[in-house]
Amino acid sequence: MTDWRPTASPEALRLRARVFGAVRRFFEERGSLEVETPCIVASPGVDAWLDAPAVDLDGVRAFLATSPEYAMKRLLAAGSGPIHQIGPAFRAGEVGRLHEPQFTMVEWYEPGADDDGCMDTTEALVRTAAAVGDGHLTRGRVRCPVDVPFQRTTFRAVFQEHTGVDPLDPDLARLGRLLRAAGVRPPGDSGAEDVLDLVLGAVIQPELGHEAPVFVTDWPTDRAALARLRPGRDPDRAITAARFELYAAGVELCNGYHELSDAEEQRTRIENENRRRMEHGKEAYPVDERFLAALAHGLPDCAGNALGLDRLVMLVGGLPDVASSRAFPMQASP
Amino acid sequence: MLLSHTDLRKGVKVEIDGQPFLIIDSDFVKPGKGQAFTRVRIRNYLNGNTIERTIKSNEKTQKADIEGKTCQYLYADGEYFHFMDGETYDQFQFTEEALGDTVKWLVENLNYDVLFWGGKPLSVDAPNHVELEITQCDPGVRGDTAQGATKPATLSTGAVVNVPLFVEEGDWIKVDTRSASYIERVKN
Repeated sequence: MTDWRPTASPEALRLRARVFGAVRRFFEERGSLEVETPCIVASPGVDAWLDAPAVDLDGVRAFLATSPEYAMKRLLAAGSGPIHQIGPAFRAGEVGRLHEPQFTMVEWYEPGADDDGCMDTTEALVRTAAAVGDGHLTRGRVRCPVDVPFQRTTFRAVFQEHTGVDPLDPDLARLGRLLRAAGVRPPGDSGAEDVLDLVLGAVIQPELGHEAPVFVTDWPTDRAALARLRPGRDPDRAITAARFELYAAGVELCNGYHELSDAEEQRTRIENENRRRMEHGKEAYPVDERFLAALAHGLPDCAGNALGLDRLVMLVGGLPDVASSRAFPMQASP
Repeated sequence: MLLSHTDLRKGVKVEIDGQPFLIIDSDFVKPGKGQAFTRVRIRNYLNGNTIERTIKSNEKTQKADIEGKTCQYLYADGEYFHFMDGETYDQFQFTEEALGDTVKWLVENLNYDVLFWGGKPLSVDAPNHVELEITQCDPGVRGDTAQGATKPATLSTGAVVNVPLFVEEGDWIKVDTRSASYIERVKN
């Protein structure tokens, strides 16, 4: 029989509606303007490891946006002031307990804020959302409270704390042993970057955010995405990316930046990402010239963040996977 | 046929390092801003061992050419167990080792589900119920009416199951092959 019923329970759908309502009110009360930018775009975000589903629009090749970032920055450059958007984002090839090819994000920008200021906002937002449930973010047996100060630690420090290895000068043999102990067998042709990613995903992330949610800040410059570079918070003040992620109950919830506003550097990063795409046998995406022109005109100094609402609802409701937080996931979780 | 990482889901049959596996569990992980991976737990059809594998998102995995067919068990010649494909009438054979536990439930001329890998016979599943003759068991003690009392009985295939006391040598019984348990005595 064709399985037509929603994967989310009626209770989960009511919780979802209440979390969404709380998120919307949170930004309204802070004077942020709710905006809506297109899902179908000519130029998707250019990232070596993000694939935008292609669509045929009256014979013209277009894409479903992996994030509304480029369009929202055009609004900021045009003088919108603080803005937020609650809407769908699309990622081809991402299916799992924590991934859906179509998911819902809240993405917002705060002119005048840096990454620290944006983390403060994120902390308040997550507390507001968790109050819709029982004040915890729950996954399996891990119940992370939110009425405690959220921790902030750098990428380098968290990596060293959990593995004893410096990610900037990694002992790959030792990381390989840690992976095997965690039941992970790295693919035979794994390079240093793959091993670091696997350790991050299989060894470190599951342990993050058990006692309190934790922001991981100051990412290596080769993982900057759209964050600006500046002297970081590590003791050596080395240059890092002003990027942060929030983890609760072992789950990554968001990705925020003190936004890069230099149009030339942005163009170079897009070209680099397109080159890496082609090296991995993927198509290069068209460059969004209107986005770059907006940056050249002047993006106000701002910080922004994108937070996955399906995962937030999952954690507030203690649900087993993101499919349980959406009525009709693209593919039910395996 | 090559599978992409999104096809690697529970129940899919794959070929890795030249061996056939069934995917028991899979999950997608995408740490940091880098490469995505699919972590799978897979069971080897040949030896039953379960192992973990991590597969990169840009890697292709060979789909295992595994198909199931209904085949008739014909006879044993002391070394091999001979079967016949019900559609093509092709005959093929298994060793006792390859049959595993199923060897205890082979009844001549009965149909079995056989898995083929690349056209070669891989494994045999017994039907849930088979009927077999008891070749050896002690006589029931007359007057012993204790509820639920049983005794061991050896079947024509060598399998041993516990049967109620009233069942006797030479009787035919229906057995549940999944639990190796007695269901009922059958007329024969």
